[in-house]
Parts: sequence; structure tokens; C-alpha cells
Amino acid sequence: MKDTGYEYSVVRGFAFSALFWLVVGLIIGLWIAFEMFNPALNITPWLSFGRLRVVHTNGLGLGFGLAGIFATAYYMLQRLTRTPLPFPWLAKAHLWLFNTAIALAAVSLMAGMNTTKEYAELEWPLDIGVVILWVMFAVNVFAILIKRQEKQMYISLWYLVAMTVTIAVLYIVNNLEVPVTLFKSYSIYAGANDANVEWWYGHNIVGFIFTVPVLAMFYYFLPKATGLPIYSHRLSIVSFWSLIFAYLWTGAHHLMLTPLPEWIQTVAIAFSIFLIAPSWGSVINGYYTLQGNWEQMRSNYLAKFFIIGITFYGLQTLQGPLQGLRTLNAFFHYTDWVVGHVHMGTMGWVTMIISASFYYMIPKITGRDLYSIKLANVHFWFILAGQLIWTITMWIGGIQQGAMWKATNPDGSLMYSFLDALTSLYPYYRIRFGAGVVYFIGILLFAWNLIQTVRQKPATAEA
Amino acid sequence: MGINSKPVVFAALSALVILIGTVVTVFVPLFMPSTQPVSSYVKPYTAVELEGRDIYMREGCNNCHTQTVRPLRTEVLRYGEYSKAEEFAYDRPFLWGSRRTGPDLNRIGGKYPDSWHYKHMQSPQSMFELSNMPPYGWLAANRLDTSNSFRKTSIQGFGYSEEQVKQQLADYKARVTASGYDSKATRDLVTPANLRGELTEMDAIIAYMQKLGRDVKSMEAKR
Repeated sequence: MKDTGYEYSVVRGFAFSALFWLVVGLIIGLWIAFEMFNPALNITPWLSFGRLRVVHTNGLGLGFGLAGIFATAYYMLQRLTRTPLPFPWLAKAHLWLFNTAIALAAVSLMAGMNTTKEYAELEWPLDIGVVILWVMFAVNVFAILIKRQEKQMYISLWYLVAMTVTIAVLYIVNNLEVPVTLFKSYSIYAGANDANVEWWYGHNIVGFIFTVPVLAMFYYFLPKATGLPIYSHRLSIVSFWSLIFAYLWTGAHHLMLTPLPEWIQTVAIAFSIFLIAPSWGSVINGYYTLQGNWEQMRSNYLAKFFIIGITFYGLQTLQGPLQGLRTLNAFFHYTDWVVGHVHMGTMGWVTMIISASFYYMIPKITGRDLYSIKLANVHFWFILAGQLIWTITMWIGGIQQGAMWKATNPDGSLMYSFLDALTSLYPYYRIRFGAGVVYFIGILLFAWNLIQTVRQKPATAEA
Repeated sequence: MGINSKPVVFAALSALVILIGTVVTVFVPLFMPSTQPVSSYVKPYTAVELEGRDIYMREGCNNCHTQTVRPLRTEVLRYGEYSKAEEFAYDRPFLWGSRRTGPDLNRIGGKYPDSWHYKHMQSPQSMFELSNMPPYGWLAANRLDTSNSFRKTSIQGFGYSEEQVKQQLADYKARVTASGYDSKATRDLVTPANLRGELTEMDAIIAYMQKLGRDVKSMEAKR
């Protein structure tokens, strides 16, 4: 470490924080999945579905997702600028404050301090904490970019800059609220406007946390792990600018057929369809990078994660816009289909890419070989199988539920009660829980593999 | 590529690019009448209903229940008249939801008597054996905290005076504790003896349930 001066302890700290919150978030996920067919598990108010669901989404989105992003961002920023972190103490403070905030977030949500705006459920004191965290991160991002030794900013840095800027705008605008007490506030927007602001935020927080920085990882770690340069620089430029331009128009596809003015919905549909192009720009760039070297899918365990991961990104970004179409949305919205959609992105794309990035990065920063490639392969197959069974089950359930809601008798009356449609899903909920367990085992292997990696003696004489 | 070697310019340009869609589809609509229509038939929540709404939020009911009936034939058939923007003028935050594990609630007000709700909140499974809704009987064991009720209604801009808020709370308490209350037997059954003469969280959330869609229904009735 001394020879480069790079600050890696904070990278490692965030990486293992990510693993910790991943395991916690998944345990909660399994718990609420079980509650879906066995409500007896709602033992106390703290463990009731309504409170725990937000702990699950925030714990994994913010706890695991953001920690994984910070870990890889601090690594990529230093490598790609060939510059040590300008303020390592600030990054360390960032790490500690981050974990404190996530722990407080989990406790406060379990206690019912919930603003109910999806993925922005934290109450106002924690919102302020999140903004402070983001500023601490942004200071290092911009300082290192200004001080950088490498003239050109590589693709991954574009995505990190876009994330840093956009999340700040999204988070602040959507969380403007008037405090009632220390633990309670009301949104400053009302009704249809509040919905519009929220889903502009909700859609783009997914975009700029689960897409943009994960693409940054993809563009950096895929070439690193395979030894192959990205296929087309031009394609990555076009994809980048068109992606960040179009994303912000599409939030209202979450509000299809609601009282939101129809033109906003229609504009959102149009831009959602448009978004297929830049999304697939990255997919194609990834595939063509492997051109002529597809045997790496067998020989290089990391290539598998990246290519299957970007494949799920491609499917996700095709499925998403299609769900946004009015007719399909009328059928699928509010069903488990959408739950399946989200989980393909998170369990397939995001986790696959973060997993592979960690497998590449942790040995690099600790000077140790990965504990077991074999175990990493088993991890891959477990999370792939778990995710596929999970999402496909939910899609089938969603189709069934949508159809039962719509079904009418010859005389025009409704064929099924709401409860009929719900209870018909319980077999799927049981399968989903089983798939979740398979996935969870894969994740435990992932965590175990990395823990064993850092516990080994250094592979080289001096790290 | 010049811009790829100028991080500050790059960041500024990114900000500009993301703000275009934001301004057109989010910021401009904030000031358009179509996103904030008002209607004389939609009344703000009473202090009790607002407290009930806060409990609905605290328990994350919005994770399983939507509050928007879409203009689709089977949906109107199942729930009632589809939702209009003006009905949500007093909703800070909005509670439209995104998933229907349970049914939509935007037209639940007046559909069942209070007694139905007391029973159902206490044990959904006692009424629908296969329901997966968590039981909320414990809400009846919590006295309703009204210490911030006035502050809440004034932040929401409902325009009640402190006396009016006190009166609303007292009126509702009088209503549910009266000997002639039509749901008295069920309320007494689910409420611990020491709280039967008080307002509980259960009372408030049921008041909120009964408010949902009621203004629309009473308008339709007048026609």
C-alpha cells in the first residue's frame, strides 16, 4: 500500500459493510416472504409486514447497494485517476457515519417512523444525515477528479459523476417536508403532485443507484477481469448521455391510469420506450467486448457474472418499458409481476455485478488470492437459480392475479373476489420463499469466501 | 473529447441534462392547475381522521393497499367510482401505493359499519380464514396520542382553530363511547376495559377508513 499511497482501508470497510447489510436485508426478506403466506409471523408491531417491508427495501437498497457502490467507487476513483484519495479521513468518517445511519434507519423504520414515500421512507433527521453523507462522498469525488494524474476520465467516472449529481437533486427535492416532531413530518407536496415528485424520485433512485453506478462497475471491472478493452468508446458515450437524459422523464410510468394528468403519463411512456436504446447500448458493448473470447464464459469465473449480469440488465430494461405501456400496465400494475421485475434487476443484475466486482477487487486491495474460485462458482449457480425461480414464480403469479382481477362472468359481473385471487397465490409464495433460501445460501457462500480471503496470509511478500 | 478531461464542466453538463426532463415533467406541473384541482365537495380530514391516517402510515399499510381506483371496467365494478385528482388535495403525503396485496381502499368509507372494521382489525383471519393481513388488535390497547393534533392540522393547512380540533376530538370520543353507538358491542370486545372510555389508535384508524371516498359517495348520493 505504501508504494502507491492508495487508501484501501475504506474500500474494504465499505465492502464488508455491504456484505453485512446484504445478509441482514435478506434475512428480513425471507421473514416477510414467509409472512405473505403465514401471517402468524407478524408477532409484534416491530415485526409486522408493513414495517419490515421498508426495512428490507431500505436495508438492501441503501445498506447493501450504496455500501457496494461506495466501496467500488472509492477504488475505481483512485485507480482511474492514478491519484490517492485526497481526504482519507473524510472517507473514514463517511464509512462510520454511513453504518450508523443505516442502523438508525433500520431501527426507526421498525419503530414505525415512516414517511411512506417509497425508497424515501426515512424521517427528516435521517434525511439530513443522508445529505451530509452524500456531501462527504461528493467532496472526495470532485477533489480526486480535479487532482487527477490521468488526463482523460474513463467511462466509469462519467457514471459516478452523474450519480453524485443526480442523487443529490433527487433526494433533496423529494424529501422536502415540514417537521411535526423529531420523528414525524409531512411532505410539502400534496396529492397528485406528491405522487409525481415521488415517482420521479422512485424511478430515478433505481436508475442512479441500481443502474448508473453498477454500469460504472461493469465498464471498469469487465475489462479488468477479462483483459479485454471495451468494444466501442463511441457507443459508450452515446449510451451515457442518452441514458441520463431520458431517465428523468419516465417516472410517471409508475402512475399509469392514476389521477395524474394524462400527458405526463404519455410522455413517460414515450421516453421509457426510448430508454431501451441506451440501455441496450451498454448491453451490446458488453457482449461485443467478449467478441472472439467467449470461451472466457467457461474459463474465467468472473466473465460469467458480468455477462449474465448484463443480460439481466438487458431483460430488465426491455421488460420495464413494456410494463409501462398503458394496456399492459392496466393488467400488470399492482400485481406480483412487478415484484418479480424489480427482483430480476436487484438479484440478477445488481448483485451479480457487485459480487464479481468484489471478487476482483478484494484480492487486489488485500494482496491475497481469492480463497476459493470453486466456491465463487457455486455462489454463482445458487444465486442464478434462486433468482430465476424467484422471479419466474412471481411473473406467473402476477399474470394469474391480473387475470383473476379482470375476469368477468357472462352477465358482466366479477368472477372472483379479491380474496380468491390472493389465496390462489399462496403456492407461489411458498415457492418464492424456497427460491429465496436458495439465493440466500449463495450469498452466504459469497460472504464466507470473502471473509476467508482476507483472513488468509498474504499471497505476496508485501501487500 | 474535451469534456472528458474537464470534470467540473462534465458535472455541470450532467446536471443540466438531467434537469431538462425534471423541469418539464415534475417542476412545471407543480404549478399547473391540473395537478392540484380543488373541489368544494372534498373536505379536509378531521383531527381524528388525520391521526388515523398517521397510524396508517406508521404501520406501512400503503405497502399492501393502494388508494387509487383506475378507470377500468372491472376495477370500477370491484371498488366503485374511479379516483379523481381533486380527491387528494389534502393528502400530504399521497398514499396511492404501488402493490395490491390487499384490496384498494380509496372507496372503503361507508362500505362496512365500524363494527366490521373493529372485528377485522382485531383478527382478519376470524373473518377471512385465508387472509394474510397482519392482525392489528393491539392498536386498541394504545391510547390515541393527541398532543400534536392541532399542530398537525395546522401544518397540513386545514385551517382549524385549536378549539375546533379539541372539539373534533371530543365529539368523536363522545360518539364512540356513547351507549347508543351502533358498534359499541364490538368496540368493547376489542378494547381493553380501561380504554373503553378513551380514544384509541384503533378508533382513529377506523375513522380514517370511514373517511376514504366518503366525500365522493355523498356527492353521488346528492345527484
